[in-house]
Amino acid sequence: MSEVFTKTMARNIFYGGTTFFFLLLLALTFDTMSVLPERDHRENITDQVILGKKVWEDNNCIGCHTLLGEGAYFAPELGNVYTRFGNSTDAIKGFIMSRPKDGIPGRRSMPQFNLSDEELSAVAEFLKWTSEVNTANWPPNIQG
Amino acid sequence: MQYQSQSVAKLYFIAAIGLFLGQILFGTVIGAQYIWGDFLFPAIPFNVARMVHTNLLIVWLLFGFMGAAYYLIPEESETELFSPMLAILMFWIFLAAGAATILAYLLVPYATLAEITMNDLLPTMGREFLEQPTITKIGIVVVALSFLFNIGMTMLKGRKTVISMIMFLGLVGLAVFFLFSFVNPHNLIEDKFWWWWVVHLWVEGVWELIMGAMLAFVLIKTTGVDREIIEKWLYVIIAMSLITGLIGMGHHYYWIGTPEYWQWWGSIFSAMEPIPFFMMVLYTFNMVNQRRREHPNKVALLWAQGTAVMAFLGAGVWGFIHTLAPVNYYTHGTQVTAAHGHMAFYGAYVMIVLAMISYAMPLLRGRVANSNKAQVVEMWSFWLMTIAMVFITLFLTAAGVLQVWLQRYTDAPMGFMAVQDKLEIFYMMREIAGIIFLIGLGTYIYSFFVGGEEEATA
Ligand code: HEC
Ligand code: HEM
Ligand code: HEM
Ligand SMILES: [Fe+2]
Repeated sequence: MSEVFTKTMARNIFYGGTTFFFLLLLALTFDTMSVLPERDHRENITDQVILGKKVWEDNNCIGCHTLLGEGAYFAPELGNVYTRFGNSTDAIKGFIMSRPKDGIPGRRSMPQFNLSDEELSAVAEFLKWTSEVNTANWPPNIQG
Repeated sequence: MQYQSQSVAKLYFIAAIGLFLGQILFGTVIGAQYIWGDFLFPAIPFNVARMVHTNLLIVWLLFGFMGAAYYLIPEESETELFSPMLAILMFWIFLAAGAATILAYLLVPYATLAEITMNDLLPTMGREFLEQPTITKIGIVVVALSFLFNIGMTMLKGRKTVISMIMFLGLVGLAVFFLFSFVNPHNLIEDKFWWWWVVHLWVEGVWELIMGAMLAFVLIKTTGVDREIIEKWLYVIIAMSLITGLIGMGHHYYWIGTPEYWQWWGSIFSAMEPIPFFMMVLYTFNMVNQRRREHPNKVALLWAQGTAVMAFLGAGVWGFIHTLAPVNYYTHGTQVTAAHGHMAFYGAYVMIVLAMISYAMPLLRGRVANSNKAQVVEMWSFWLMTIAMVFITLFLTAAGVLQVWLQRYTDAPMGFMAVQDKLEIFYMMREIAGIIFLIGLGTYIYSFFVGGEEEATA
């Protein structure tokens, strides 16, 4: 790089640019936080949904599945599984409950978590709530 | 090695390489589970092996960064490390905590681990990459703070250079943004929003400062080019990284419930994120062409050049292909993401740590460079691992494109599991490439034990 462009100028661009764009990020974050309630329907986050998120985390479901497209790519997307299962929390519960302990020979298998009925209902409600978030029309279709 | 205390770096580098081997072994396990779904089930379910794979990656890269700092900071500061004892103590604490966490993943069900580590007191577990028990996370913070204190004090008492400042800034940023791993609201959308403040602001933010500083250090040492020139480039590169990368975080806020305007902010800014990676290629090759000395450690320079090229391909090119919102709508959370994640992590962070080890390790072992014979073996490992990674990326990309085609970009979408069956051939080839990667890593480790005449000459 030429002599007109000095190291001091480069340094100032670094510190100035970083500060400016970090502040812009903070401003956008602030705005996002203020409009989120309309999109995530937090009024529907019941104690049961909160428990469902805990069950989700305590069993590391994200280690195989994606949820709204984030996570692992080994097993189906679950952000819209509630709609895929015909808007039925019972179907979700039934699926999780019925996983064979030793897996299915030759097929990718989901563990049997031995969840209590309360936990099962909670995780199903959590997935129902997730499916109702406004995600700008993602995923493209029911298959996730 | 100019300062006695730099030798603590050796411990960190050895641990890094050991954990790297563990990471790749588990990579081949999950690669196999992609083909034979019931492989090792239910003893080691996929999620457990994946967690071991990704967490080992993060931990060994952290060991690599810390080792690099313990080598680089005293040399740049022209003084001994503030406290070598503290560095050694923290090494053992970090290694013990890391090993205990990985063993716990493998030995107890995850839900039990959450229970015995009292996750409910401060729930942070069960999120991708942040699976560690809360107590481990606190341990990481303690280790990071004492580490920053140690190198900070070293810098205070010595010469302050641009490289050491940028390295320090990057490491401080690493610690600061890790604190967001303790933020876990009940609201999944907010949880996801802040989660990226760790993951994205690490790899497309502060880690780029660390990478830039390490690359600049190795280039100064091996090419002998004037420090002024290298430092100017360094500033411009990291300026571009943060100017594009901070708002570029918007590319993760398209479909997770966040407002639609992120589709514009994210697409525009992240489309510019390849620029600093491209500049890194230009600058590295420029410096090598203008070199004022023939350093006998040829393989260190090979790693440095490899870093620039592979980081540009993995982060720049493979990042760009799926970063625009209309494309990401279809590729989000598919094998395309996995393809990019692999090459970007390998090219940018694995390779820069290996470049640093390659440069510093011979000096730590009392010679300027390894024998020609040892260097040739190491070069073989460079090509084996790098070419294997190129193929892993290509096979995963092919799998991802087909996945999008059958499951998303169609009027008659097939179900996820049915689509996965159709991708088996690509997963098979990925596994073969993965085994070649493992062989490359074995070759790399072997290169440390190759003797030969004292050292190579220019
Ligand atoms: C070890 C990997 C693994 C883990 C961990 C895991 N799953 Fe699964 N899951 C799978 C696989 C594989 C399938 C597809 C099974 C099939 O089609 O035979 C699946 C399917 C599902 C389905 C049905 C999806 C569909 O569209 O057919 C639901 C619902 C589900 N899992 C919920 C969960 C929940 C909730 C958790 C955490 C408590 C969890 N999973 C943890 C692997 C896993
Ligand atoms: C240095 C080399 C490697 C690096 C840096 C690396 C890095 C990563 C990263 C970052 C992830 C998370 C990906 C994401 O969420 O998008 C991941 C997942 C994975 N890796 Fe690797 N990896 C390496 C080598 C390997 C090898 C050799 C194999 C197999 C042969 C492998 C197989 C896998 C698999 C199967 C996953 C899980 C993907 C999923 O979520 O479904 N990796 N790796
Ligand atoms: C060295 C730098 C980089 C590394 C290590 C890296 C790594 C990763 C990883 C591991 C993921 C998967 C995260 C997850 O599991 O959900 C990811 C996602 C993503 N990356 Fe990068 N990345 C880097 C740079 C870039 C750049 C420069 C761009 C854009 C030009 C980019 C664009 C993306 C996008 C769009 C996604 C989201 C994919 C999806 O929607 O599923 N990345 N990156
Ligand atoms: Fe990103």
